[in-house]
Amino acid sequence: MPLYLNDDQKMLQDSAADFMKGEGNVAHFREFRDKNCKDGFSHALWKQFAEMGFTGILVSEEEGGLGLGHVEAGVVLEEVGRNLTPSPFLTTAVAGVEALNAGGKALREKYLPGILSGDSVLALAIDEGPKHRPDQITMAATREGNGFKLDGKKQFVVQGGSADTLIVAARTSGSAGDDKGLTLFAVDTSSNGLARDSVRLVDSAVAAHVAFDGVVVDADAVIGEVDEGGAVLQRMLNAGRAGSAAETLGVGAGAMDITVDYIKGRKQFDTIIGSFQALQHRTAHLYSEMEIARATVLKAQQMLDEGSSKAEMMVSVAKAKAGKTTALSVREGVQMHGGVGMTDEYDIGLYMKRDRALAEFMGDANYHTNLVAEMHGY
Amino acid sequence: MSDLESFRAETAAWLEANCPPEMRQPVVDESDICWGGKNPTFKPGQKEWMDKMAAKGWTVPDWPKEYGGGGLSRAETKVLLQEMGRLKIRSPLSSFGIWMLGPALLHFGTEEQKLHFLPPIARGEVRWCQGYSEPGSGSDLASLQTSAEDKGDHYLINGQKIWTSYADKADWIFCLTRTDKSSKHKGISFMLFDMMSKGVETKPIVLISGQSAFCETFFADVEVPKSYGDGVSSVVGEVNRGWDVAKYLLGHERSMISGDGSSGATSLGSKFADQYGRDEMGRLDDPMLRAQMADMDIDVLAFRAMAERFGDTFKANLCHPAQPNMMKYAGTEINKRRHELIMSAGGSEVLEWESDASNGGLTARGWLRTKANSIEGGTSEVMLNVVSKQILQLPNA
Repeated sequence: MPLYLNDDQKMLQDSAADFMKGEGNVAHFREFRDKNCKDGFSHALWKQFAEMGFTGILVSEEEGGLGLGHVEAGVVLEEVGRNLTPSPFLTTAVAGVEALNAGGKALREKYLPGILSGDSVLALAIDEGPKHRPDQITMAATREGNGFKLDGKKQFVVQGGSADTLIVAARTSGSAGDDKGLTLFAVDTSSNGLARDSVRLVDSAVAAHVAFDGVVVDADAVIGEVDEGGAVLQRMLNAGRAGSAAETLGVGAGAMDITVDYIKGRKQFDTIIGSFQALQHRTAHLYSEMEIARATVLKAQQMLDEGSSKAEMMVSVAKAKAGKTTALSVREGVQMHGGVGMTDEYDIGLYMKRDRALAEFMGDANYHTNLVAEMHGY
Repeated sequence: MSDLESFRAETAAWLEANCPPEMRQPVVDESDICWGGKNPTFKPGQKEWMDKMAAKGWTVPDWPKEYGGGGLSRAETKVLLQEMGRLKIRSPLSSFGIWMLGPALLHFGTEEQKLHFLPPIARGEVRWCQGYSEPGSGSDLASLQTSAEDKGDHYLINGQKIWTSYADKADWIFCLTRTDKSSKHKGISFMLFDMMSKGVETKPIVLISGQSAFCETFFADVEVPKSYGDGVSSVVGEVNRGWDVAKYLLGHERSMISGDGSSGATSLGSKFADQYGRDEMGRLDDPMLRAQMADMDIDVLAFRAMAERFGDTFKANLCHPAQPNMMKYAGTEINKRRHELIMSAGGSEVLEWESDASNGGLTARGWLRTKANSIEGGTSEVMLNVVSKQILQLPNA
């Protein structure tokens, strides 16, 4: 498979780009930020995501979706990133659906219709500390009657406040660090004993701290097999990380485009500042890094779609490379804008804030760099 | 089985049956590369492998058959290279004829020139060198002064080239000469001539690596015939339009130098952990070095994806014409960093310059060699200039 988008994927890219630029653009982002609503995104826009078919990209055709793959999900996410479109797409339709795809048919029959129609929002309850450490999960799920009782705390549950369902990773046996003993659950956010405290983040997204105090779930809430949730979690993380890398790439590309436009117009010393070699070399270096990051993200998506055994490695490479590159893009962007880069009026700062939040989502560049070393056996 | 899959199976079977065992050993140093030519130095297995591959046209698999190539499609060529990689089979023939002159002739040459010059390149019979840079013309290559005076049936060449790779071992040269002094870019011609011609002299340059792959090349009243018979002109493209050919070729050269940033398949970190020890968790027991190695693994794997994407988009005419400049910049900078890390990991042992243990200072010499990567074929700074002007469309000062 050549490492560029095929004709169908290009068409999807065109329609996603038109849609985000038209409906989910930066003005829309600012509108929802400034009205300070509790969910941080427009439910009407989320319905439109569904009407466009985007929420069904990873859903099989038999189950009413488009039966496409991670490349296509990434195409949409890159445009989401480029336009700072606020939506629960990544957690719901990418990572969430992929978890459901790893589980049983009954769960999919229960949850997919709401996702396909744009009525449902899923959030992921994985992290328990300030850094993403899925191998250190300690939250307990103990057997109770026909099901399980969940106790513990989760944080950085992005869209957790607006979600109707949480995908929760908890320990049914063993202890932190064990390969076995994790189980994933689909938990209704209206369950007794579940408390959510929504907080606004630096990028204006809303995430929740979620406390589970004896939350009782049925056995059929289990995604996959009891104690074998590690594999389900991994599949969900692969999808979420590749998707988040694609969104990050969009943020970096958007920031670069804004910056290049800016330095082509701004004059100092009677000279367009974009003609200064000091800026040209840094901008060209950034372009080079962005191109490499784009190839890396697409490679990881293709490998996931092919079911390659090395996909997990490439997903970590992509998350790290896209993260470092976009961090460079937003830093250079603010610096090259000069004083106006510090103002709320100019968009470049919004990209910097979005990048910072995406960097922490499902592991930052350091986390994934360490994973790559471990996967290489050192 | 698809056509491509049966091609893969047949190719693998043929390679396994025909490749001499010596040609399945890793390349250690320069002498393991087969350059062919009129005065070749073959190590065991090299000539046999070159001849067998040339007979199938697989020294240049994607060239048309009538010019000595294999006539393979892009997809088939990729399969052949993948299978050679998988079976750890060495390239049968390396040459500037294959990498650079060939693509230029295929694009700009006349039918007569292609039939005359390409098959001997494919068979490894003629070794070519590139006469581009001059002492006063480095980054500003088009300022070159080596003159070619029109003398009716021949040109008279006078001047000096520098950084001519392997000029002392080459049979022929493709050379940029000045045929019109009144126009900088439209006064250059792309000429082909015999290095055995009277008046050609070469002098190897000793580099910081102690090696001498590059030469100074002097031309004193060298007579270059306008035609080599049967309508085979010594000038590729039009007279005075050699800069078009040179620019096209620089694209190829830049892609070639960019490599895949890795020059070796395995992760640096796993190699050095085996060599220098691990902690109780199995980690390379120097945490700073481990972090740098992991960073490098990321960059190498990322650039490898980039190289694949570049190749795919280049062949499909989807990439920006200035993209080879970006590839050259990124690939060479990664390779330099990678060798810095290898030196750092090797510590004092890789400082040894001549010992048997250090294989004659192989690591140190290799490290020093990489410093030229971001200078030869256009410096990193020039690459960044081209990217910022041609791709990003930033204005001139």
